[in-house]
Amino acid sequence: MRFSVRKLSTRRRHPLAGIVVLLIGLVVVGGAYATLSPKPAVAEEASSRDVEAGRQLFLIGCASCHGENAQGIPTKSGGNYGPSLVGVGAAAVDFQVGTGRMPMAQAAPQAPRKTPEYTAEETKQLAAYVASLAPGPAIPESEYLDYKNVSVNDLREGGEFFRTNCTACHNSVGAGGALPDGRYAPTLEKVSAKHIYEAMQTGPQQMPVFNDALITPEDKRNVIAYIKRVQDQPNYGGLAGGGLGPVVDGLFTWVIGIGVLTGFAIWIGAHGARVKKKR
Amino acid sequence: MSKDLEPTDGHGDELEPTEPIQDPGLPAHQWRPQDVDAAQEKRTERQISAMFGIATLLAVGFCVAYFAIGDEQTFLGWSAINFALGATLGGALLLIGVGIIQWAKKLMADHEMVEMRHPAASSAEDREETLDIINAGLEESGVGRRPLIRNSLLGAVGALALPGVVLLRDLGPLPHSQDKTVWKKGMRVVNDVSGLPIKPSDLEVGQLVNGEPAVFFPAEGKEEAEYHGHELLAAKAKAAVIVVRMRPEDITPSKGRENWGVDGILCYSKICTHVGCPISLWEQQTHHLLCPCHQSTFDLADNGKVIFGPAHRPLPQLPLMVDSEGYLVAQSDFPEIVAPSYPELARDQKKLDEKS
Repeated sequence: MRFSVRKLSTRRRHPLAGIVVLLIGLVVVGGAYATLSPKPAVAEEASSRDVEAGRQLFLIGCASCHGENAQGIPTKSGGNYGPSLVGVGAAAVDFQVGTGRMPMAQAAPQAPRKTPEYTAEETKQLAAYVASLAPGPAIPESEYLDYKNVSVNDLREGGEFFRTNCTACHNSVGAGGALPDGRYAPTLEKVSAKHIYEAMQTGPQQMPVFNDALITPEDKRNVIAYIKRVQDQPNYGGLAGGGLGPVVDGLFTWVIGIGVLTGFAIWIGAHGARVKKKR
Repeated sequence: MSKDLEPTDGHGDELEPTEPIQDPGLPAHQWRPQDVDAAQEKRTERQISAMFGIATLLAVGFCVAYFAIGDEQTFLGWSAINFALGATLGGALLLIGVGIIQWAKKLMADHEMVEMRHPAASSAEDREETLDIINAGLEESGVGRRPLIRNSLLGAVGALALPGVVLLRDLGPLPHSQDKTVWKKGMRVVNDVSGLPIKPSDLEVGQLVNGEPAVFFPAEGKEEAEYHGHELLAAKAKAAVIVVRMRPEDITPSKGRENWGVDGILCYSKICTHVGCPISLWEQQTHHLLCPCHQSTFDLADNGKVIFGPAHRPLPQLPLMVDSEGYLVAQSDFPEIVAPSYPELARDQKKLDEKS
């Protein structure tokens, strides 16, 4: 069949002609968009297979609250069942899913930390999918998570940042604290450096955002180093920051300390015998 | 009443009164095993001296532990040095105490003694003599005869109270006329600790910055900041701020405050208006700022209004604008008095309003 404009023209009334034209138009526009539109910087690492796998996971586990396209589901009163995830970035997903906060077990004032539902691989795929929606904070570089090799000066500065920005809610040694209406600032004990970094960067739940423009990645690393250092200190009991007070020490003193004293007192008292014998 | 106790004849008052119950006297002394048995005595003696001996060893052990155990070592999860020092010193004191008690109880003489009571007052002669001494002293010193010296001494001692009162001044300046902070028109808001100036584009919705006026950090090309030491702390205690960014549609500025923010970026005093605790517990979704001391809660989307707690004055807001280089700066000093309320606050605020 020889191709000619005239021949094509004669078929313009064909019942399928409209559909064919529509398909050609869609392919052209889609192809042009894919080649010309700016790619979000964070999406580079993630392969398209990850994004697709993430989308499948998302539709099964997340879409019921966050909407099929992660656009969020608003309620009539102006709140939402789940907020929009467009632009929250891979860091937010890695934090929320990686610490088990998402998926939430039930509607509650705050999503608690729990055993993660998704494997590391699945978390990565979900993060890749959400990151592909719009640019947002990426998962931090490992060089800013290496808190073990900071200098004393960095540690000191990290402490200053921590006391200025974090202690109000998280307590001076990161033990956490209460907020109104059943909410709370969680403890930072045994939270990985990556998750602490991501929380600062994305501001999960009620936590404010501390982005990289004002608390730089180096500052964040120093803050993490300080938290880890403070929490690694040997616990001398009683007066440790964030503790309940000298409860264990008190119990030890009452049971062992006073017990020993009582034992000696009984021993002294028990040997007061007199004898009938005369000198 | 038995017959024995009745007077023998009708003239009882002529006779010595008889005790209704005879004094039984002391019971016969009972000896301790140590008093009667030389072997027991020897054993107890050895026991007690062993306690003192162990106490000596523990005291030496304390000194050894002090030098031998490092700060970082732990024992059952506690600091090993604390445990060792406590156990040795406590043990030594306990054994010395127990040993002394045992010594007194088992070996020292324990025969009973009776001592009759006697009147507590001094004898009449002693009292008379004492009064004579006091009166002679008063007479010789002339306290009664020289009222000038006496009264001026009383005055001097009374005046000693004045330095004590004046020293109360060191408790701080009186709260009135505290209406100024170091903020002024065009002063940059910078990040606390690092001193980084802030551009509106640096801030995301939901971001919180603990800020300070730029004057607390070295100016460009200078080594040191203008404020130092105590002066810096006093100025900081009033000038600390928090900068937050909210969605502009969430903010309901009151009349006259419409242009106090930059694209939803607002700046408030960090000092609670109740008793002056620094507050930065900001819930980004509810826009509530909580004071950790007494749970005062301020709504930053609603002009810092108090919505809970003992504070009864909204959190003062610092009007913001952008300077020629695009950084956030103050439009002026705080239009409201910052920090805790005080009795004359309303009067001072009125004066401040008239000035501006």
